[in-house]
Amino acid sequence: MVKGIESTGIPVAHICTIVPISKTVGANRIVPAVAIPHPLGDPKLVEEEEYKLRRKIVNNALKALTTEIDDQTVFQ
Amino acid sequence: MAYKVIHYINQFFANIGGEEMAHVTPEIREGAVGPGLGINKAFKGEAEIVCTVICGDSYFNENTEAATKEILELIKPYEADAFIAGPAFNAGRYGTACGTIAKAVQETMHIPAVTGMYIENPGVDMFKKELYIVETSNAAVGMRKALPKMSALTLKLMSNEADLDPTIDGYIPRGIRKNYFAELTGAERAVDMLVKKLNDESYTTEYPMPVFDRIEPGKAIKDLSKAKIALVTSGGIVPKDNPDRIESSSASKYGTYNIESVLNLTGDNYETAHGGYDPVYANDEPDRVVPLDVLRDLEKEGVIGSIHPYFYSTVGNGTAVKSSKEFSLEIAEKLRQDGVDAVILTST
Repeated sequence: MVKGIESTGIPVAHICTIVPISKTVGANRIVPAVAIPHPLGDPKLVEEEEYKLRRKIVNNALKALTTEIDDQTVFQ
Repeated sequence: MAYKVIHYINQFFANIGGEEMAHVTPEIREGAVGPGLGINKAFKGEAEIVCTVICGDSYFNENTEAATKEILELIKPYEADAFIAGPAFNAGRYGTACGTIAKAVQETMHIPAVTGMYIENPGVDMFKKELYIVETSNAAVGMRKALPKMSALTLKLMSNEADLDPTIDGYIPRGIRKNYFAELTGAERAVDMLVKKLNDESYTTEYPMPVFDRIEPGKAIKDLSKAKIALVTSGGIVPKDNPDRIESSSASKYGTYNIESVLNLTGDNYETAHGGYDPVYANDEPDRVVPLDVLRDLEKEGVIGSIHPYFYSTVGNGTAVKSSKEFSLEIAEKLRQDGVDAVILTST
């Protein structure tokens, strides 16, 4: 999916939990997530904290999208 | 005396449970469990599974280092002659787990390891150079065909048989070149091949070109505050009751959903159609998979320009690479026409 979209020139930030799979498949801007069943959240946190966590990951994805890269990059 | 073999399987094949049990930590059981019974049968007394290690797919992939260490500790006392993992068919997390643990066993215990996967399993590209991966079908219906091949290859490796060939032994080529004496010189063989090619006849290359299936990174966005961002997911988030009937695995389609007037995705109106992970957390709060709530706030605050009025969703569970490619090219074309500047794509 990531590659199909990016092949048209639109930059894609891939938020995913298993980074090695994303790398193997060929995503360029990779943003690590929390867990497989809840990549952008954590049911253990209270709502407010969970929102903050989600916002941090989304901001990270936006940082990835505004960063010029030549090669696959993981945005920790 | 029969060879001793250790077998690795996930929670599903150990009959512990499906996605709701994918978090289970490693455990060891004496003897064969599940697919191990078929492996034992194929060994015909020449080897035997002495123990089975079981680990939840999510636990393994979310704690790779710890899980690997725990499993190596658990199996050490068994002094086995070989290790078999899977087969994992087209299950991505299971394939990654099988590959990771098989490689670790091979490197630390110095015994041969064999696993089995469908050619599109991401574990194949990650581990085919280091491991013997028997090629299987994409689903567990191929179990009966896969187990005898995996067993036979394991027996060969344990008896140090040197003459292995991917086309005969059924494993995915590892990219190892072997010297041999050919009857004709390279020049003659090359000309033969060229003549066949010119005559449109079939021929087999002696040096298949690797496929570098990489995409050049898209240009970074210059001004985020003017950018139009689209959300796409392979995590299967759909409006409640899944109006497009997107399949829970091997999806044949994707959905396009209008979110113009939606501020965030709530469990009342949205859910996941994905059958490859425990849906409880996504159904409870779909923003955990498609973060519309955060993006709306960022839009309101002027951090980003706007959110594309539609989000696109499919289920990435065992879905063929070919289908995903088709979906994504269609989606990309729409995004381009609508002037989308960048995409956030989330995967579970």
